[in-house]
Amino acid sequence: MRFPTLSTLAAGLLILLGSAAFADPPAAKPPSGTKAEDLAAPEGIQVPKPPFSEGIFPCTSCHDGKSMKPDTRRRELTGMHGDITLSHGPASRWCLDCHDANNRDSLHLASGEKIAFTASYLLCGQCHGDKLRDWRVGVHGKRTGSWNGAKQYLLCVNCHNPHTPRFQALKPMPAPTPPEQIQTRKGGAR
Amino acid sequence: MTDQKPMCPSEGCETSTAGCGSRREFLGAATAAMAAALTGCGTLSKEEFLQHNFKELSKDEVLSVIDRLEKEYKAKYGKEVKVANTPPIPGVIFGYALDLSRCIGCRRCVHACVKENNQSRDPEVQWIRVLQMDKEEGVNLQHADQYYNPEEVPQEGHFYMPVQCQQCKKPPCTKVCPVGATWRDKDGIVVVDYNWCIGCRYCMAACPYGARHFNWGEPHLPADEVNPKTHYLGNRPRPKGVVEKCTFCIQRTRNGLYPACVEICPTGSRKFGNLLDKDSEIRYILENKRVFKFKEDLNTQPNFFYFYGV
Amino acid sequence: MFTLRNFSGFFSDTLRLVTKGGLLYYAWVGFLLVLIAIGAGAYIGQLKDGLIVTRMRDQVSWGFYIGNFTFLVGVAAAAIMLVIPAYIYDWEPIKEITILGEMLAISALIMCLGFVMVDIGRPDRFWHIIPLVGRLNWPQSMLAWDVIVLNLYLLLNWFVVTYLLFCAYTERHYVKKLVLPLVLLSIPMAVSIHTVTAYLYNGLAARPFWNSAILAPRFLASAFCSGPAILLILLQVLRKTTKLTIKDEAIFKIAELMAYTMGFNLFLTAAEAFKELYSGTEHMVYFQYLLFGLRGHATLVPYAWASILCGLAAFILFLVPRTRTNWVTLNIGCVLIYASVYIEKGMGLIIPGLTPDVLGDIYVYQPSFTEVAVAAGIFAIGFLVFTLMLKAAVPMMLGEFTISKGRVPKEAPPQEI
Repeated sequence: MRFPTLSTLAAGLLILLGSAAFADPPAAKPPSGTKAEDLAAPEGIQVPKPPFSEGIFPCTSCHDGKSMKPDTRRRELTGMHGDITLSHGPASRWCLDCHDANNRDSLHLASGEKIAFTASYLLCGQCHGDKLRDWRVGVHGKRTGSWNGAKQYLLCVNCHNPHTPRFQALKPMPAPTPPEQIQTRKGGAR
Repeated sequence: MTDQKPMCPSEGCETSTAGCGSRREFLGAATAAMAAALTGCGTLSKEEFLQHNFKELSKDEVLSVIDRLEKEYKAKYGKEVKVANTPPIPGVIFGYALDLSRCIGCRRCVHACVKENNQSRDPEVQWIRVLQMDKEEGVNLQHADQYYNPEEVPQEGHFYMPVQCQQCKKPPCTKVCPVGATWRDKDGIVVVDYNWCIGCRYCMAACPYGARHFNWGEPHLPADEVNPKTHYLGNRPRPKGVVEKCTFCIQRTRNGLYPACVEICPTGSRKFGNLLDKDSEIRYILENKRVFKFKEDLNTQPNFFYFYGV
Repeated sequence: MFTLRNFSGFFSDTLRLVTKGGLLYYAWVGFLLVLIAIGAGAYIGQLKDGLIVTRMRDQVSWGFYIGNFTFLVGVAAAAIMLVIPAYIYDWEPIKEITILGEMLAISALIMCLGFVMVDIGRPDRFWHIIPLVGRLNWPQSMLAWDVIVLNLYLLLNWFVVTYLLFCAYTERHYVKKLVLPLVLLSIPMAVSIHTVTAYLYNGLAARPFWNSAILAPRFLASAFCSGPAILLILLQVLRKTTKLTIKDEAIFKIAELMAYTMGFNLFLTAAEAFKELYSGTEHMVYFQYLLFGLRGHATLVPYAWASILCGLAAFILFLVPRTRTNWVTLNIGCVLIYASVYIEKGMGLIIPGLTPDVLGDIYVYQPSFTEVAVAAGIFAIGFLVFTLMLKAAVPMMLGEFTISKGRVPKEAPPQEI
């Protein structure tokens, strides 16, 4: 038996390396030595816990893939989760366009890539890119912290319910006292 | 109260620069007594009466003024109130942006400001006024209403525009003050020395934004609502008969924090930062959004910008 | 020294003069003292509770006090109406009575200072405005200018009056070289006090109603047409009650000059109204509030029209020689023009300048009882000062009461100039 020639070896090496080069592009540039927490906070953006309804998470406690099979037909839900009103482009969108059918503990992007609930802003930003751009620099949405130092972010969903995203109306705080009604304080220091 | 005895000079007498000649002290005490009478049942001390304009005080004098004030506040409110004298941070000029497409007129900023800045609750003083405008009229003050009180906001057909001190680069108020009690500090904040203001209210006539407010009566601030972290030129409790206004929460911003109104706004309509920092939020807004200045034809050159974020 | 010793005599004799008088005098002074007491009582209440006892609020932060102040600065400036013909045209009939105009100016200025004192929120800090002792923001602040020119004018008038009376008292001729320049100086000074006061308002871009180029000319015109009205009445009173001789032609000449200034005042007002109402910009709202009412608020409307109609009527009465030289119509005209300008300077200037406020809010301001009481007290102080000065000055001017009446001068004969 003849041993592989140098050229064959080189070709094999090239193929090996090449296949690595053609692998999936890295998602949202996770830093080297990726840990689970970093995937949950891409770009290093720290956010508060997502505002889940009581007891609803982790979804896999029910959606474990065994007791229930995923039903990917577009439909209006009755029974469980039927209380959720979806008014977020319902004509062109339904639950599994954001929620991942096979891993209910994560969401998915249009590419199919799964993202954690703590990174839901990436999902919102797919359509609302201008808002995401502004949000990243702190110009969209409420921020607390220091103008010259550490600031805190909120998730999109902290203010916008993803199922009915329109910002809710609030009861206004009291109106100012009209000047006619501003009088000497009775019983004050006289 | 006209027969009030002259106030004994309080503890600071030994160190004061008022001179130790007994005749001078007597004169000072006598005039202070008259002055106390003029303030009406006054608790005016000789030091307070003779205190000069803040800009003219030496470092030691400032310290003794602050010491005296902290003692007075402690006596009045029964809690430790700190009066800071934080100077402006070099290389900083504050800018403020307000998103008119996002303000819903909930007035949480108004009341957060009242709490943070120790404003009088009765008679009521509020540094921020939220105007309800007609969408069809745009920014038109003759169709503005600040006393709106519906069940919920925003109301159909209306948008909301909060107004507060614009911290102008060319403030008409500082120009007209006859005693120089108000000036524009190096970080752009227009401040008032509450112990120098004579209450003539010329600055109030001069301000095109209605940003300056007067203590018509004795301010009433319940002791349990006092914010003890204060600044001499900012939110320390004010006396009767002087003018006050928004200072961009000088007690917070000179320590790197956001103003209270920025932090409380639920819709994130308020943005704040250093105009000289090219990476700041405010610079991003100036660059990427379209801002306008309120009453810009008056050439006050405010550091407060309105924009439409959506 | 001659002067010093006799000055103390002058002072004590003046005191004697003002404390002795007839029943009418005592009644009048008593009435004024009562008013002063009422005003003082009201002011004490204001000191206790603060300016909240007025009805000024953030939206209308200047009111009755400043309105009166503005009007009285005009009255003080108008004293020179007498000076101009007397000294510039060397018109003898008025010369002797110029001093009365200057005394009116002093009383008016004292009232001005009084109104400023009661208007500021911290009267105990009044010393802050004194140059060198406090910190006067001059030349930036027009109020700083006002402080300087008003006090200088007061000092000037006080000096001239005291000097002239002192000379009359010591039976000496006044030194013309000293008096004449000062009196002539008082002409531009009087113009300056009212111009500076006008600039107080004029310089505020925030208040379009005041930010008009003709505000200062309007101030001067209305001052000159109303201030002398008090003098005209006063001169007639003095002619009847004392031996002071004032020629008819002096009074009619003053009235004639007033007629021209009234005409000019009406023209300027019309010019202002035309500019606002014809161009029809949003700045019109202030005129609308004043003349026609705005958004259901029409409190000022009757006063505004009363002021205009009184001013017109007075103008006609003063212009037509037949009514100008008739004592009844002349005096009616004086009252009318005084009322017209008083309304115009108070309600017609301050309130519409601040209503609607800078954010479009309408707060209907009306003076409270405290404000009226304090103002009455200050007016009473001014009247009292004027009365006392007259009580001493007239006998001295007439030569009825001088140093030699019951007293021997310590040295030296009358000096010849």
